[in-house]
Amino acid sequence: MTDTAWIDAALTSARPQAVGALLRYFRDLDTAEEAFQNASLRALKAWPQNGPPRDAAAWLIMVGRNAAIDEVRRNRRQQPLPEDDRAISDLGDAEDEIAERLDGSHYRDDILRLLFICCHPELPPTQQIALALRIVSGLSVKQIARAFLVSEAAMEQRITRAKARVAEANVPFETPGAVERSERLAAVAAMIYLIFNEGYSASGDTADIRKPLCEEAIRLARLLLRLFQSEPEIMGLTALLLLQHARSDARFDRDGALILLDDQDRSRWNQKLIAEGLALIDKAMRHRASGPYQIQAAIAALHSRAARPEDTDWQQIDLLYGALELMQPSPVVTLNRAVAVSKVRGPEAALEMIEPLAPRLSNYFHFFGVRGAFLMQLGRNEEARVAFDRAIALANTSAEAAHIRMHLDKLMRDSKPRDAKAGK
Amino acid sequence: MLYAILCYHDEDFVGSWSKEQDQEVMKKLTVVQDKLAKQGRLGPVARLLPTTAATTLRKENPPLVLDGPYAETKEQLLGFYLIDCNNLDEALDVARDLGAANPGGAYEIRPVGMFVPGGVAK
Repeated sequence: MTDTAWIDAALTSARPQAVGALLRYFRDLDTAEEAFQNASLRALKAWPQNGPPRDAAAWLIMVGRNAAIDEVRRNRRQQPLPEDDRAISDLGDAEDEIAERLDGSHYRDDILRLLFICCHPELPPTQQIALALRIVSGLSVKQIARAFLVSEAAMEQRITRAKARVAEANVPFETPGAVERSERLAAVAAMIYLIFNEGYSASGDTADIRKPLCEEAIRLARLLLRLFQSEPEIMGLTALLLLQHARSDARFDRDGALILLDDQDRSRWNQKLIAEGLALIDKAMRHRASGPYQIQAAIAALHSRAARPEDTDWQQIDLLYGALELMQPSPVVTLNRAVAVSKVRGPEAALEMIEPLAPRLSNYFHFFGVRGAFLMQLGRNEEARVAFDRAIALANTSAEAAHIRMHLDKLMRDSKPRDAKAGK
Repeated sequence: MLYAILCYHDEDFVGSWSKEQDQEVMKKLTVVQDKLAKQGRLGPVARLLPTTAATTLRKENPPLVLDGPYAETKEQLLGFYLIDCNNLDEALDVARDLGAANPGGAYEIRPVGMFVPGGVAK
């Protein structure tokens, strides 16, 4: 690795902790970010000459903090500090204190707070994600814009707006109590899941560009789990992301069309990620405190464990979706469960299960895709065609539409005499 | 004499390597390993999964299972086992058996991500 490559990696890995601590000192996001930026520039100069510091984060916090204080002092000569600027004036410059704080559990809450301010409920999900990627992950605006398939200017504006909102939000800086900490943890977990989904729901032609979002979400999930080692839902979340991401190389064909689980080349699944995901689920299960992430991860695990599609334990998947339905009732969960039901009890039972969902899912692409598939299995081809047509009209990506078209083509072939099949 | 070489590094840092950086490091390491393997001097090589996948069994009475890696510094690493198990519970059972035979201290149970059996010619 070149000097700059490893310094980049060191800065990236130290960033959440360093910016989190700087935010605690300065209580202002822009000041904290600027301080980190300053420290990073100095690191680029100092580290190649002196070698890397043993604790990169502590180095960056110390240097960043001093640089920012110097700046405040410079400004103070020109204009007096506001009276209530307690956050800055009580800093002192006790270096021992920094070392002590880094060793303590403080930094855990620093990182959590940093992640948490990105999850402000008034921020739409896309802004939450953009903000987290900018502030916590340190991705450049250009990188984020690319992953979101928008212009750099638009992304810049989105992040600036989100920051303004966060600044008004007044997130408390005191060490959170147990209840508040667990609320923050849940909000942060949801945000990390959003980041992952933003990358995972990409269509075939953009999957490669958006893949970094999935990787970043996994990195953040692992970070969170390292801070909160005994939280089964964080284990579940991390496992879920790993198990889903393990399939990423097998999810699209050369033309960018989506390949369903049953048709994926399972030799292309990443076994290392699967192993890590399964290990985390094992750990989570021992707590006997089930939750939505753990259940979804357990479902993903059953798919991962099946060497061939026909080895899948659909019965168990049906049960797990049943549990998820109780915990998080949603027509989409029921729709997913119906797929398992169709494998265990046949398409008729599955169809019966999803009919009541029709009013609530009348604009949902997957509903009509799944419905069409059940109808097709039952030989009700005309009704299937209607469902598939509706699905295509509702498709969100070209890959989704292309996938349904494949079903329609199959319907066409099947409704013709045998020679059409023989020619295949 | 057999020597074990135990690898320590900052996990956050290694985890921040890009896939290319990681592959580059692994490739360089393989060159060194291949040389040893040809000489019949390379035993098993393992790359462990992240510490987030670790579980620790404190060998108290009764044994106590904790999430996460072994984090104390007052005990020293004295040895290791490589065992083949279907899941964490099986691995914990083995650890409990071992712990009953030799109480005190702790076992960190960590899944192995990459394993090369190797073979030392004796």
